[in-house]
Order: sequence, then C-alpha cells, then structure tokens
Amino acid sequence: MTLIQPVGALSFMALSVVLFSLGLYGALSRKSTVMVLMSLELMANAININLVALSRFSAPAEMTGQFFAVFSMVVSAAEIGLGLALVLALYRQRKTVEIDAMQELKG
Amino acid sequence: MVESVTADHTVLLMFIIVGAIFVPLTLTASHLLAPSKHDERKLDTYECGSEPIGPPWVQFRVGYYVYALLFVVFDIETVFLYPWAVAFDRMVVFVLAEMIVFIAILAGGLAYAWKEGALRWR
Amino acid sequence: MSSTVDGIVFLALAFATIGGAVMMLATRNVVHAAFWLLEVMLATAGLYMLLSAEFLALVQVLVYAGSVAVLILFTIMLTLRRREDAIRDFEPGWGAGILAVLFGGALLFAVERFSAQMRPGVMPEVVPDVAAFGEKLFTSWAVPFEIASLVLLVALVGAVWWSGGDGQ
Repeated sequence: MTLIQPVGALSFMALSVVLFSLGLYGALSRKSTVMVLMSLELMANAININLVALSRFSAPAEMTGQFFAVFSMVVSAAEIGLGLALVLALYRQRKTVEIDAMQELKG
Repeated sequence: MVESVTADHTVLLMFIIVGAIFVPLTLTASHLLAPSKHDERKLDTYECGSEPIGPPWVQFRVGYYVYALLFVVFDIETVFLYPWAVAFDRMVVFVLAEMIVFIAILAGGLAYAWKEGALRWR
Repeated sequence: MSSTVDGIVFLALAFATIGGAVMMLATRNVVHAAFWLLEVMLATAGLYMLLSAEFLALVQVLVYAGSVAVLILFTIMLTLRRREDAIRDFEPGWGAGILAVLFGGALLFAVERFSAQMRPGVMPEVVPDVAAFGEKLFTSWAVPFEIASLVLLVALVGAVWWSGGDGQ
C-alpha cells in the first residue's frame, strides 16, 4: 500500500490529515477554553508538518515551506498568547473557563 | 551537506537511547540499594526542610501571565537571532538594520508593558 | 538500507505524534493534556529532523515545547483553584467526532488522488544548512520577518491590555 512505501510526501500528508482531524474534533467538542486552544495548536502543528514535508519533497533547495512554517509558528505563538489572555480575562469576570459562559451575544 | 538524514543524527539517537535507559536505571538502582524506612515526616512533601504549610496546589496571581508572554516574545527573538548570527558574514550591512528594527519593535512592546506597570512586582 | 531506517523512524514518530494527540483528547485531566501536547510537539520536532529541517526542529522545541507549553501550564495554574478542578467530565462530542472523521476521510481521499501526480518519494539528498536558511530569511523574506515582529508586538500589547496591567 501507499503508506508502507519508502517514506514520501504522502506519508507525511496522511499523518498531517490524521493530526488535523484530531485537532478539529478537540476544538469542536471540548468545553474548556484551554482545551480548545490546545486543540487549535494541534491543527496548526499538522499544517506545519504538511508545509515542511511538501517543500522538502518538491523543492528542497528553496526551503519555502520552512519559511512559511517558521512564520506560522510565530503567528500561532502570538495567537495562543492572546487566546490565553482572553481566557484569563474571562476567568476574572466569570470565575470560570467554560466556553458556555460566553453567551452574552447569543441571539 | 550531509549525505543521509539518519546517518547524520546517529549521535543524537545514541544520546536519546542512553538518556532513556539512564533514568529508569538509576531510579531502580536507588530503589534496590537504599534502605527503606519510612515515617510520616520522611513521606511529607519536601520544602527546604521546613514543614509545608497549606496544600501544594496554589493559585498564582494573574499578573504572572505577562511575564510568561514576555518570555515567549523574547524567545522568538532569540530564534531569529540564531540564523542571523550564523549567516551574518555572508550578507550585506543592510541586515544589521533589519535586525535593529526587529529588536526595536519588540523593545517597544517591553516599554509598553513597563509603562502600564505590568512589570511591577507586588 | 537508509530508506528502511527512515521508514522505521517515521513510523515511530508518527505513532508518538498521533498517540500523543489521542491521549491529549482522551485524558480527563487538563494538566495531563498539556503534557501530552508537549509530547506531540517534541515528536513533531523529531519529524522535522527526519525532513532534515534542523533549524525548524530547534524552533519547534524552543517555541512550542518551551514557551507555548509554559503559557498553557501557566493559564491552567492561574485558573484552577483546587487540584480537583483539573479533572473534567467525559465529553464525547459525538457530532464533532462524526464531522472530524468525515473531514479527515475526505482529505485522505483527496491526498490519495493527489498521490498519482506526485513522484514516488525518496528523501532528497541535498540539505541546505542554517546559514543558507539565514541568508534567504534576511534577503528574500525580510518583509515577513519585520511583520512577524509587529504581530508579536500586537500580541504583547493586547495581552497586557487585557490583563489590566495594574495587577487587578
């Protein structure tokens, strides 16, 4: 089968798909905001693996995927910094980190 | 330029294997060799030799978070400084200006946190 | 020979990555979940090594395993009053699970179709080093590099703003 061949771009892409789906499941199903943010990190991680693997197997000398991955890591570090600051702001107001506590704008 | 990906990292692999063996080995050795005489004081949580006060799970102040975030920001700055330093002698002086602008922008963030009093230790 | 070693290393790292992610979602303790996420990040650094992106592996360990894990653990310790608060109810989330499985299945199908167009993969031999990476980063990628610092500045200012600065 394709997955047992010498390790190619396909193996990395399959791994990335599985990781992304796990992150998607976590982000949609968890009620703790911290767990949701951690699942988002899983998804970002899956995307970075994909970028690096594809760049490695198509144009290794260009390293485009590596630059994309570095900047994506910076952005996701900033994102989780802000996200957790929001969680803390929520916690100070409501004394909880449950995502159901943020329902003020629900129509 | 390395020839094969795995051949290059044999040392790293050996390091990981030895490290993974070392920890359980020493723990088992100390478990087997040390005499085990327990009393209440010995089983207590170690806190510089004095008796622990209150539960070990304490809640920190929210103000600490800003320190953690400052750590993240300057951690990323270090990450960019490393390839900059390695490749510096190959490049024109312009990259020096680039890095100065980069550091200046981040220092602006530090100055803002300072001005807002987020760094005051209370 | 070398490709067999690559395959074994890849399988081990893939097992560590996916197993860690599954454990992160399966454990009911938030603190344990944070440590499983840390394990996933370290295994990913191993994957970057396998892809001969050494510098990226370093960044992964420094940024994700170092600082992002610290941020997450800090938030957990700042928001939980007692040890028992870390244990959460089991949240199966069947709808989300079905959606994720469908999404993953569709994507795997797409990847499988895409594979016909890919050349059969072997690891390319030539590996650019950190110096080459730095040279490209500060010439072709100078503008994104400066924008990255702006993103970090905005994140820092926003977090200081939200956390009130004055400590309360």
